[in-house]
Amino acid sequence: MSGKYMDHKGRPVVVVTGMGAVTSLGLGKKDNWAALTAGKSGIHHIKRFPTDRLNTTIAGTVDFMDTEEISAPAISYAMADATAEEALAEAGFGRSGFPGPLYFAAPPVELEWMHRFTLMGEGAQGEPGYQQLQAAARANKHERMHELIQLGTIAYRIAEKYGARGLPISLSTACASGATALQQGVEAIRRGETDAALCVASDGSVTAEGLIRFSLLSALTAQNDKPEKASKPFSKDRDGFVMSEGSAALVLESLEHATARGAKILGVVRGVGEKADSFHRTRSSPDGKPVITAIRLGLEDAGVELGDIGYINAHGTSTPENDRMEYNALHHVFGDAIHSIPISSNKSMIGHTLTAGGAVEAVISFMTMREGVIPPTINYDNPDPDIPLDVVPNKSRQAQVSTVLSNSFGFGGQNACLVLGIDVR
Amino acid sequence: MEKREVWITGVGLVSCFGEGAEHHWEVLGGNTAPAPVIDSTRFAPYSVHPLPEMDWSKQIPRRGDQRQMENWQRLGTYTAGLALDNAGLKDNENMVFTMDLVVAAGGGERDISVDNSIMQDAASRNDREMLLNERLPSDLRPTLFLAQLSNLMAGNISIVHKVTGSSRTYMGEESAGITSIENAMRRIQAGQSTHVLVGGAFNAERPDLLLSTELGHYSWHGAPEAIAARQASGGGMITGSAGAFVVLEEAEHARARGAKPYAKLSGVVSDLGKRDEASTRQRLNRMLDKLEPKSGTAVVSGATGCSPITGIEFDVLEARLGKDVAIRAFSTMIGNPVEANFPAGIALAAMAIANGSFYPQFESAEKPAKGKPDSILVSSIGHYRGEGFGLVEKI
Repeated sequence: MSGKYMDHKGRPVVVVTGMGAVTSLGLGKKDNWAALTAGKSGIHHIKRFPTDRLNTTIAGTVDFMDTEEISAPAISYAMADATAEEALAEAGFGRSGFPGPLYFAAPPVELEWMHRFTLMGEGAQGEPGYQQLQAAARANKHERMHELIQLGTIAYRIAEKYGARGLPISLSTACASGATALQQGVEAIRRGETDAALCVASDGSVTAEGLIRFSLLSALTAQNDKPEKASKPFSKDRDGFVMSEGSAALVLESLEHATARGAKILGVVRGVGEKADSFHRTRSSPDGKPVITAIRLGLEDAGVELGDIGYINAHGTSTPENDRMEYNALHHVFGDAIHSIPISSNKSMIGHTLTAGGAVEAVISFMTMREGVIPPTINYDNPDPDIPLDVVPNKSRQAQVSTVLSNSFGFGGQNACLVLGIDVR
Repeated sequence: MEKREVWITGVGLVSCFGEGAEHHWEVLGGNTAPAPVIDSTRFAPYSVHPLPEMDWSKQIPRRGDQRQMENWQRLGTYTAGLALDNAGLKDNENMVFTMDLVVAAGGGERDISVDNSIMQDAASRNDREMLLNERLPSDLRPTLFLAQLSNLMAGNISIVHKVTGSSRTYMGEESAGITSIENAMRRIQAGQSTHVLVGGAFNAERPDLLLSTELGHYSWHGAPEAIAARQASGGGMITGSAGAFVVLEEAEHARARGAKPYAKLSGVVSDLGKRDEASTRQRLNRMLDKLEPKSGTAVVSGATGCSPITGIEFDVLEARLGKDVAIRAFSTMIGNPVEANFPAGIALAAMAIANGSFYPQFESAEKPAKGKPDSILVSSIGHYRGEGFGLVEKI
């Protein structure tokens, strides 16, 4: 392989040739980009289920997809399908025969209350409860219900529909999953075991129980009155994230493969840094070391200097702890230079798309570089004086950016940082 | 690029028979197979291989850590500790700090009594969604969510054993286990990692999971039978509570620290495709073409007992490796530990290689083993989707 196709460590350069996105702002990159650069929020009062008695009654649900039922797996599948299709079409691959594996950041799916209630209504003998549901299941095969609630199903379906090669990979690193899906694709191409990888992330798990679980961990904001104002990363009065839905898909290829087939190159995944944290199940180490290490490993893997980073796409969840921790870690790595690097949180507009976040934000990061516009951090009306960052407040900004750092952190001590670029060199 | 050799240098195993690689070899590696431990009453008509008596504090010393988990995560965290111990890496701060963690996981436990109680109330309500809003916020334990998240088994392993090089969780029933081992192996082969703790755990003693399996009619009902024997009566799966972790290590890395390997992992292949007989046969054969097991290679099979897939697997293996090939379907002994199926198979194969003999027949349909195995094929053919094979060989 010629040197022009290799990176600073002699590995294949990994480029992006197709992207797709769905968020509460709309279906497809075009609509999302228009809304994001206009500083529009996709957060709204929940209509999917009654919210009486719930602390949080707002979310960034995606209510416009055509789904086989209203459940986390069905919604997640529909969004994953839509973004995969958009990305593959842009990359110029048809509906069958994608020349590589699928890495899918999979949402948590399981039997939901609607399924339990459906089974209860099938008239099996016994007291209401799991034994009765089992009796109903024994009496009639429920093939579709079974299929939907298996954790591997969405990936199986996407892989088969688009002809991805081999056993599709379903993965979870909680709220870092979207970034991990890209990382896996990058690693596979660097190993030389494939020329291309389809990386998809999807999360449509805003159910009453899902919302209540996060609420019980005090992770969600309850500023329900003005939903579009509730997600306010880096603001002093931020008090939790907004649970949201979304999906993104990226077609990764080795530069050599993309060049050989004449594909349009949308960007480069320069590097990935990862470090696990052993401090706590939901909180980061107080010294920030794992996050600091993940950022540094990402920069080192990408072979870029601190000064090369022109924009940071923050994890920026709008929880009191995350935003402070993220600032402290960035300050530690970049020093005072961090105060003049633009950094914004897409979550101010689309909420926290959980499993999908890292991939959705990677797509937005590439668009930021391609379009020369940085989407803002909206709802920045009350800056946190302890986080003196240039958060691109409230209005998008014209700026030519060639290298982006995109952070993703998740429960369970997961930290993944992507370094993304626009130029092949 | 020259592929680096991957050694198995540690094994952690917990099943209905107890814990530890050595103990499992004593129980399963003798001249005759033991009677499996099966509970057929607690979840009747379903049978499960239950967890043995566990003293969690042996591998999870802090009670606070134990309390944050349910049995699925406890079992995984415990078994991971066994594997680290076995590899001589436990509490070796420098080694675990750079060690990569790969976990095959499903979802964690629900609060069954809360679920049952809500279903009882729901029987007399038409506004069931309102009922959920009334009950769930007060009835769900806040920390239970963390016991449910798939990647929190890995999170707990990082917390308890300080394994923090990287942390990745794969999902998708048996496929999760195949992907985990395959990915860890490839990373080492390519020089992306030097030592990986990889495996999974499964808690079979859950009515919600038994329901999930039954929805697709994959469950075995009534008196337990061995894997091949079930084929004549329509097939079916009996799950087992088990944890299986192995330490995979680059050969040079293992040599440098003086580690004693069990065996080498020569290859893993995996695939997905339609489950009709013709394409399944073709696919399994295509996968075996890549691994090239020699005729007569003994097999540690993860066969689930479901029909017709288990029958197809055995047919393909016999056609390829000979009518008299020794196939040991370990689910007869410990049940199917789903996500931990392939890791368990790799662990059992590594133990047999290291001990220089193969397992006795787990049921009468299985053929006797011949001589010392130098090479063992491991299969994991998912009960529903996804297939994989691995080749574990003498160093």
